[in-house]
Amino acid sequence: MSRRVRTTAFWLAAAAFAVIFTLACTGLPHFGTTLHPYGSRAVAASVRQHTANVVSSVNFDQRALDTLGEESILFGAVLGSVVLLRRARDEDRAAPQPRPVLPSTLLLGAGLLPVTVLVGGYVVAHGQLSPGGGFQGGVMLATGLHLAYVAADYRVLRRVRPLAVFAALDAVGAGAFTALGFAGLVAGAAYLENVLPLGTFNQLASGGLVPLVNAAVGVEVASGVIVLVAQFLDQAVEIDEPRHHGAGAGAGGGKDGDR
Amino acid sequence: MSILPFLAAGWIFLIGVYGMVTSRNLVHAVGCLAVAQTSTYVLLLGIGYRRGGTAPVFSDIPVGTAVVDPVVQALVLTDVVVGATVTALLLSLVIQIRKRTGTVDPEALTDLKG
Repeated sequence: MSRRVRTTAFWLAAAAFAVIFTLACTGLPHFGTTLHPYGSRAVAASVRQHTANVVSSVNFDQRALDTLGEESILFGAVLGSVVLLRRARDEDRAAPQPRPVLPSTLLLGAGLLPVTVLVGGYVVAHGQLSPGGGFQGGVMLATGLHLAYVAADYRVLRRVRPLAVFAALDAVGAGAFTALGFAGLVAGAAYLENVLPLGTFNQLASGGLVPLVNAAVGVEVASGVIVLVAQFLDQAVEIDEPRHHGAGAGAGGGKDGDR
Repeated sequence: MSILPFLAAGWIFLIGVYGMVTSRNLVHAVGCLAVAQTSTYVLLLGIGYRRGGTAPVFSDIPVGTAVVDPVVQALVLTDVVVGATVTALLLSLVIQIRKRTGTVDPEALTDLKG
């Protein structure tokens, strides 16, 4: 298809989409409406289950099975990237060279790394109480660890990030979520049903199954993102391209993925 | 105009698709896909908005306060996670395409290879 035909096809489709979408929008409930039937029921169910953060209750209790699917997508995508970005037969591994780093950058990174990891752990641990949870906190944990790369260099990152351990933790997190679902079956209820003691509302140990599933997701997301970023960093820093020397696009793609 | 936030979502979607259709660089195309996907966040959060509502977290507000719809927020969270991982997977594909064919211009990728 030539460029002109493609652009024309786009404009026709865009015009049709714009008309139909606008018509559909006029049929939606008004923006800012006070009537949210699903929302009200989710809030009521969350309070009943002693989970202060309703979004966590929806994700890890009321819709836990959907989240299991979502988490499997994450696991599959990480696995896919690892397979796609493995070292090919015709590629060589080059030892990463140390680079000079400004002392102020080093100081800032060394100071922020433990703080970021601590905040990440806090966000995961308080997923059932305050905004955040396993997904958000997991990404923070993974990002915090990469301050070692930003502020020092790749060899330091490799020392603070044993990749085999995180790859195993990724699988453990995904498996723990699946296994926790069986608690419901053992208690004679449905898979992933919240059968644990619910605890006191707005306390750290509240929500029954929610904090446990949340922690499993936190471990999986943190290790998954670390493994994922490691694949891109490998491409950018370590793997040589024997056939296309002098072309930086492969490394550039890796950096885009890293940022 | 109470449908303006929804129309904004449609606009973001079209911009993203336009970018993909006219893209000359696969990394750029992946970025445009991410933009198109962002429209679903705007649409979902727009649908879940409640005038005067606050965040659906009852750790520091009394139970019974008017809150925005938590269900769509949970959906957006799912959406963000899936979007991020799909973007990562597509970028790995772009890296491999660059290595095998030496180009990231979709117009130049016309040959089928076995």
